[in-house]
Amino acid sequence: MDFFRQHILTIVAFLPVAGMLVLLFFNKENKTLIRVWANAVMIIGFLISLPLWFWFDRETSDQMQFVEKVPWIQTLGAEYHVGIDGISLLLVLLTTLLGPLAVLSSWDAIENRVKEYYAFMLMLQAGMLGVFVSLDFFLFYVFWEVMLVPMYFLIGVWGGPRKLYAAIKFFLYTLFGSVLLLLGILALYFAFPGIAADHPEIAMQFGTERTFDVLAFHAIAPYLMPDFQWWIFLAFFVGFAIKVPMFPFHTWLPDAHVEAPTAGSVILAGVLLKMGTYGFLRFSLPILPEATKAFVPMMIALSIIGIIYGALVAMMQPDMKKLVAYSSVSHMGFVMLGMFALNPNGLNGSIIQQINHGISTGALFLIVGMIYERRHTREISQFGGISNVMPVFAIVFLIMTMSSIGLPLLNGFIGEFTIVMGALEENLWWAVAAGAGIVLGAAYMLWLYQRTMLGKVENPANEKLLDMNMREIVTIVPLIIMAFWIGLYPAPFFEVLRKPVDKIVAKVRPDFFQGQPRLNAERVGEPR
Amino acid sequence: MDQFFRMQDIGAIVPELELAVFGMFLLIFDLMVKTKRRLGYIALGGLAISGVFLYQLRNVEYIAYGGSLVLDPLAMFFKVIFLIAAALSIAISLRYLDIERENHGEYYALILFATMGMMFMAGAVDLVTLYIGLETMAIATYVLVGFLRSNQRSNEASMKYFLLGAFSSGILLYGMSLLYGIAGSTRFDDIAAALDQRLLGNPTDPISLMAMITLSAGIFFKIAAVPFHQWTPDAYEGAPTSITAYMSVAVKAASFAMMVRVFMIAIYPLRPQWVTILAAVSILTMTIGNIAAITQSNVKRLLAYSSISHAGYILIGLIAGNDTGLTAVGLYLLIYTFTNIGTWAVIVALRRKDVIGEHIDDMAGLYYKHPTAAVLMLIFLLSLAGIPPTAGFIGKYYLFAAAIETGHNTLAVVAVLNAVISVYFYLRIVVSMFMRDATEKTGLTFAPGLTMALGIAFIFTMWIGIYPDPFIALARRAIPLGF
Repeated sequence: MDFFRQHILTIVAFLPVAGMLVLLFFNKENKTLIRVWANAVMIIGFLISLPLWFWFDRETSDQMQFVEKVPWIQTLGAEYHVGIDGISLLLVLLTTLLGPLAVLSSWDAIENRVKEYYAFMLMLQAGMLGVFVSLDFFLFYVFWEVMLVPMYFLIGVWGGPRKLYAAIKFFLYTLFGSVLLLLGILALYFAFPGIAADHPEIAMQFGTERTFDVLAFHAIAPYLMPDFQWWIFLAFFVGFAIKVPMFPFHTWLPDAHVEAPTAGSVILAGVLLKMGTYGFLRFSLPILPEATKAFVPMMIALSIIGIIYGALVAMMQPDMKKLVAYSSVSHMGFVMLGMFALNPNGLNGSIIQQINHGISTGALFLIVGMIYERRHTREISQFGGISNVMPVFAIVFLIMTMSSIGLPLLNGFIGEFTIVMGALEENLWWAVAAGAGIVLGAAYMLWLYQRTMLGKVENPANEKLLDMNMREIVTIVPLIIMAFWIGLYPAPFFEVLRKPVDKIVAKVRPDFFQGQPRLNAERVGEPR
Repeated sequence: MDQFFRMQDIGAIVPELELAVFGMFLLIFDLMVKTKRRLGYIALGGLAISGVFLYQLRNVEYIAYGGSLVLDPLAMFFKVIFLIAAALSIAISLRYLDIERENHGEYYALILFATMGMMFMAGAVDLVTLYIGLETMAIATYVLVGFLRSNQRSNEASMKYFLLGAFSSGILLYGMSLLYGIAGSTRFDDIAAALDQRLLGNPTDPISLMAMITLSAGIFFKIAAVPFHQWTPDAYEGAPTSITAYMSVAVKAASFAMMVRVFMIAIYPLRPQWVTILAAVSILTMTIGNIAAITQSNVKRLLAYSSISHAGYILIGLIAGNDTGLTAVGLYLLIYTFTNIGTWAVIVALRRKDVIGEHIDDMAGLYYKHPTAAVLMLIFLLSLAGIPPTAGFIGKYYLFAAAIETGHNTLAVVAVLNAVISVYFYLRIVVSMFMRDATEKTGLTFAPGLTMALGIAFIFTMWIGIYPDPFIALARRAIPLGF
């Protein structure tokens, strides 16, 4: 047990790889065995990640916990260094939750090349978990890129008609961002020894050798020259903004989403996009505070454009999946808006909204996938009155629509409300723009629901659709539970976020907690 | 030092001598042995013995032949690369030559001779020694390129390669003669000292610049850098695939070994001038190599252009010119040797009795017929593209790091963008292998040697990718002191 506790992050992150290696030895004809195995690995992965939630020390949620540090490439100063704080805790758990659901949803959907499919899913899972637990920039970058390959194959092999185009676009786009990110990392890497030599307190803790330690970079943040920060911020920005994706770097997303198989879309929307926002939170903000402040207008502008533009384009989509994909652009705009409000409410809301987006958009992609499996089309005009033939499905879809548009009592509300509050503290107009986005979001989602679910069944092809089966209900129920949990009692989530968020704000705006009375003395959901 | 020859000097070149002797024996055996494949095994044995001799010299640092040849970690490192490249190339040739019906003993002898020439190049610190090593390598390679006597393409390639190669050697010699004129000596350190003196008086001394430019041009030909790269696609396409593999790693590595010595010692005083030239050439080479590769549908030509672009990346190491940069040159070449031989091994396997197996379509659906080979090819291609956790990433990382460390930021940005472009055409092969249906033409021929070469290439590609420490240490040790 002690061993498990000391190495829990490694075990959680590498269990899928171990499962994949075993999977490779299975006979590819034995599809049931492969499916059962992949599901089992994923579910075990989820179960062994649960202790993280219970063992996580809330008192020190801004400190890295479950840390493991082993030398790796000593000549470079790269280490195998993993650990999580409150922010990564939530994202790790989101990943381990969505992983099994995505895998379970593929049970019937994937019929050919089953073995490879599950192998890639497991690899992808490991890569994503690695990104969220890495505290070494080199290790982070390795995971960040490793994950491109399985996703490329998932889209390229099991995707829709334009899969090759979508897959290569996804790969090149994200790689383009990552290589610039790498240059930014290198610039920091070479800057560190000089700064550490001048500041004994940093040298004491991290030494003066070159290092990729993220915490060491956090420590040198105040001593980085502003124009140096600018350049690195831009390099990081391209890398992360493409992943988020922020307007105008979003064009890969609709293609990738539409062509990807359902599980791929779920993972893509649910987890992959969070890697970009996580990058901003973990690296750009705390390491480059001056540049962050300087770029706020640009970031906010792009976020607001993303919110409005994503929503408007979503509204006009004839294809359900594409609609949900563009809604992602809009929702991720919210996340970025909250983050760059640079106050505790904004950041808390931003992180909660990342989780929410994973839950509701993940669920919406599952829902679209279910209907696609039955009808092999996603054209909205092909549907109508589905609630008559698929009542359970209609309820689930309704709940998730409400969650997505931010109805109170459901998760979306908490995130959006906190973000708007954060925005309001800074600038009225940001909040107005965000509010407009919420209204538009309600419009396209409700309109989608109305066109597909309500009314009479007019298309004869829809008359005999089967309602959700047990497996499909099992895939979606955990997400519904999460949606209600966050909607009704978000305090546990805010509790783990409070300290790390305050730490980031204190880094970026050292004067925030001293002067300047706050508009809202109490934050939503904060335990009293 | 002044004494030109001492008995112990022979000890310094035992590995090379051994190869020469083996090569000649092979020519004699050729008359006696019917199954030519056995000669291949003998050649492998010769390389192994040479490796053993080399191993015994591992800690020796020695200046032989009155200062024209050195035994130092740099030479040692590159010699190891040459031996590995030669051994792996022979391993993938055995079956291939049978299929081409051109299995002759000279083939193996020529590879040994070429390897010997390269080993002299790596150790040469004198223009004459360098040139003789270079020509020994080059002439053997010209013949090998045209080894498929009945194949028109092979003949054409050989002729082109020979003409352009001879031309470039001429230009190189011109530069060398100018340097000799300046220094009155052919030794690198004398040349450096003389250049120093000369530039002290006149920083833009036209003769020194002329010498540098002609010398660089000759070397750019050898490493296939833009604008002297035109011979590469033709030569690579026409040559027997196993020789293409050999050329793309060994000849390239040898040329870079020569380049490191010449640029970092002999014409080091001209560094400010040549850095500018190299930076321009590097950018052009990367970009043009990659862009030209995009449109190729012949895999051999595609990889030829890709190898051009790789030369462009490696130049970054020399431009940086510091500890990191030179480590990167060695490390990258080592990694490139394993990865590229692995890639070519798969292409060699594509050649079957009645299938030429060079078109990208010939790989369609390879995954369905030979899953392991296809996955290995995927790994090699990802390594060439520089995606972690393969070795190629470590190599690229080191080069980019060197560029950033020395403040060549624009170069670094161009290089990383090129890495992105290159992914596009590497993925075209992946698409063909994994995402298209197999055709009748798809298929591979395997032989024990080929399988072994694939295995070794795979192991090192992953090993260096995941735990590169020992290899970085080797490459770093190889940097000559004083930089």
